[in-house]
Amino acid sequence: MSNAIHKFLENNVKPNFDEGGKLEKYLPAYDALETFLFVPGHTTNGKGSHIRDGIDMKRTMIMVVLAMVPALLFGMWNTGYQHFLATGEAYTFMDAFLYGALKVLPLVVVSYAAGLGVEFVFAIINKHQVAEGFLVSGMLIPLCLPVEIPLWMVAAATIFAVIIGKEVFGGTGMNILNVALTARAFLFFAYPTWMSGDKVWIGGGMDESVAYADGSTGATILAQATEKSSGFVDAAGVAYGDSFMSAFLGLIPGSVGETSTLAIMIGAAILLITGIASWKIMFSGILGAYVMGLLFNLWGANPFMEVPAHMHLVIGGFAFGIVFMATDPVSAAQTATGKYIYGFLIGFLGIMIRVFNPAYPEGIMLAILFMNVMAPLIDHYVLEANIKRRQKRTMAVAA
Amino acid sequence: MSKVLRIKKGANIKLVGGAEKILADVPMPSTVAVKPTDFEGTTPKLVVKVGDEVKAGSTLYYNKDNDQIKFTSPVSGEVAEVKRGAKRVIEEIVIVADKEIKYEDFGASNPTSESREAIIEKLCKSGLWPFIKQRPYDVIAKPNDTPKAIFISAFDSAPLAPDNDYILDGKSATFQMGVDALAKLAEVHLTVNSAAKADEAFLQAKNVILHFIEGPHPAGNVGVQIHHFAPISKGEVVWTIKPQDVLAIGKLFETGKYDASRTVAVSGAQIKTPKYFRTIQGVSMKTLLEGNLKEGNNRIISGNVLTGDKIGAEGYLGFYDYQVTVIPEGGEAQMFGWITPNPGKFSISRALVSWLSPNKQYNLDANMNGEERPFVVTEEYDKVFPFDIYPVQLVKAIMVDDIELMENLGIYEVAPEDFALCETVCTSKIPTQTIVRNGLAMLREEMS
Repeated sequence: MSNAIHKFLENNVKPNFDEGGKLEKYLPAYDALETFLFVPGHTTNGKGSHIRDGIDMKRTMIMVVLAMVPALLFGMWNTGYQHFLATGEAYTFMDAFLYGALKVLPLVVVSYAAGLGVEFVFAIINKHQVAEGFLVSGMLIPLCLPVEIPLWMVAAATIFAVIIGKEVFGGTGMNILNVALTARAFLFFAYPTWMSGDKVWIGGGMDESVAYADGSTGATILAQATEKSSGFVDAAGVAYGDSFMSAFLGLIPGSVGETSTLAIMIGAAILLITGIASWKIMFSGILGAYVMGLLFNLWGANPFMEVPAHMHLVIGGFAFGIVFMATDPVSAAQTATGKYIYGFLIGFLGIMIRVFNPAYPEGIMLAILFMNVMAPLIDHYVLEANIKRRQKRTMAVAA
Repeated sequence: MSKVLRIKKGANIKLVGGAEKILADVPMPSTVAVKPTDFEGTTPKLVVKVGDEVKAGSTLYYNKDNDQIKFTSPVSGEVAEVKRGAKRVIEEIVIVADKEIKYEDFGASNPTSESREAIIEKLCKSGLWPFIKQRPYDVIAKPNDTPKAIFISAFDSAPLAPDNDYILDGKSATFQMGVDALAKLAEVHLTVNSAAKADEAFLQAKNVILHFIEGPHPAGNVGVQIHHFAPISKGEVVWTIKPQDVLAIGKLFETGKYDASRTVAVSGAQIKTPKYFRTIQGVSMKTLLEGNLKEGNNRIISGNVLTGDKIGAEGYLGFYDYQVTVIPEGGEAQMFGWITPNPGKFSISRALVSWLSPNKQYNLDANMNGEERPFVVTEEYDKVFPFDIYPVQLVKAIMVDDIELMENLGIYEVAPEDFALCETVCTSKIPTQTIVRNGLAMLREEMS
């Protein structure tokens, strides 16, 4: 069956896209679709290694997407849950899930359509193959946005991020900043009212037609933490029984995919078992955040500083950022030593920005973007150390 | 036993079709070939023409850039053909072999009583000199250089590699004579695999500095051993040679003849009975593999699956090769191949299920398993690259022709074969060995 399909594509469809065919210039687009269906049977060229590892870029990227699925599914349910909590309506599990799915899926579709559209256009213009990098970015973008964000903003931000964040640098593998965070930062600075405040986090929150129960606030724990270090309340204005556990499980308002630390940990487990994401970055990132949290606890000058260090790990976008975004291999430090430094500083600076500047409640985004810029510098010094060692040896020989 | 160096980085790719320790004789092939393409960075200048009679050890051609380096015939017979490829590059010099080999006489002698110059002269004249290669650049050594050391790796850790302990068994005296000759040229370092029981030819060798190493491939690569025991700095030269070639040098001094016979491991999934064969340098695959090939689309490789050359059923064994590997060619597209678990495919990542069965022997074909992409995944090469060198950064420096950076990052210490596993495991399917080869060639040109 699959053989017959492949033969049909090779013999009847592909010739249209080959040199001289009428759709010649769309070959990259065709190629992307065909190689998605079939990993091509190219063999090694006879010089160099004849056997190759079974892994390729598609598999790598798909693994990351799979790792995000728990956060996506939970995000759908939680979107509905927060909505019904705020409105006070009765609901079932399926009600919540379906409500959320209808809110979240359009974000995913728009993100992929806009991003892949740009990728295909650039591939056709530059006559290169479509790289798989956006498969991951396309899922990261909706998961790190508030559910109420208008779809056109998602499209605009995605297009901006792919063009300015990636293609101008030469495409996948060449970008300096994480593409999804570039999109988020674009929205954060261009449309701040849609990226902060209390209403955007709750499904229907921006929509006047939805009636909210008395006492409903919708404020995230991060927003509440500027005034108090405990006794946080949920979307209905009721205090959480155990706010750490609620935040860990993800029963709190927030961006679509970032609320449940548990769901993110399942993703992290997938990434670490397959070895696709760097445990060095995750580990040192968590360490950095915890150390900063402890330092603030010691200082304790305002309520936010008194938020327990372990609480910082489960609220806001920290877990999501450190697992899925800081570990982006292209924008992270590339050397082993560099990764420890890079990860640690993301955690450390992320919590610092979060607490010092409540105007930017999500410090993790800025910390990762800042460290993206710094990563080549870190690697530079790691390499310099290696070069120095070698030069010392050469000097010893010459002497 | 002296200190053992333990290598952690690397990978043993276990393949089906390992050669059994049975030694069979192959009839004298009707044709053998010398392939100038085996020798990187040389330009052949022919001294024979089609129809000439040659003996074993007669010069066929010399290197245009250094006429001291001669390439000789492994057998006696008649030059039948000079095969040229694109741009008239000489690819093969084919010789129809006599049934009984007649030898040029270079005179038997005891190397310990000969001068350095006389030994070099003898090795050059007989055509054995090209066995000695040098780092940097991974090319034939220059006879007038003074290397800081000569390194011999007693074992080959590549997939399905021939077992030198088996091949050299009982040949201690000849091996020692070869070592004695080399010891006149420079200090000889011999590295033995401490995990296996090495042959006494190695363990009892005199006139050498013995090292012990242990770990997965590429622990047997001489480059890894040099890096850890006597790293090459800019301006230094280290020579390298393989054990069977040392044996050939030993035989030259014992008998005065260029005896090109060698033991070759014939292995791989597509071989009916994988075992060792006593044959000759440049043997034709027609003779060597006759009746031993399985049906199917086969890829015949002179050498191992990581660094060898695809030669085809009409091809000839390479000058530096002691192994022929035959694997299925493959070439079928796989539907949704990027998500199927593919238990039959090897991977050092755990994104396929193969990591669950670490002792499985694979029947791998020559599929790329994906398409070439820019570098994305990091620290992947590092897992299989036991050097204090940053492999990806070095490869990138070569890609952008940054000579200073290449030097700084340690290009003088590496050869393409050291990057073979990097190339194998690369998610982005980057042709790393070719890039390193081009970088070395460019640097060599710049520096000369």
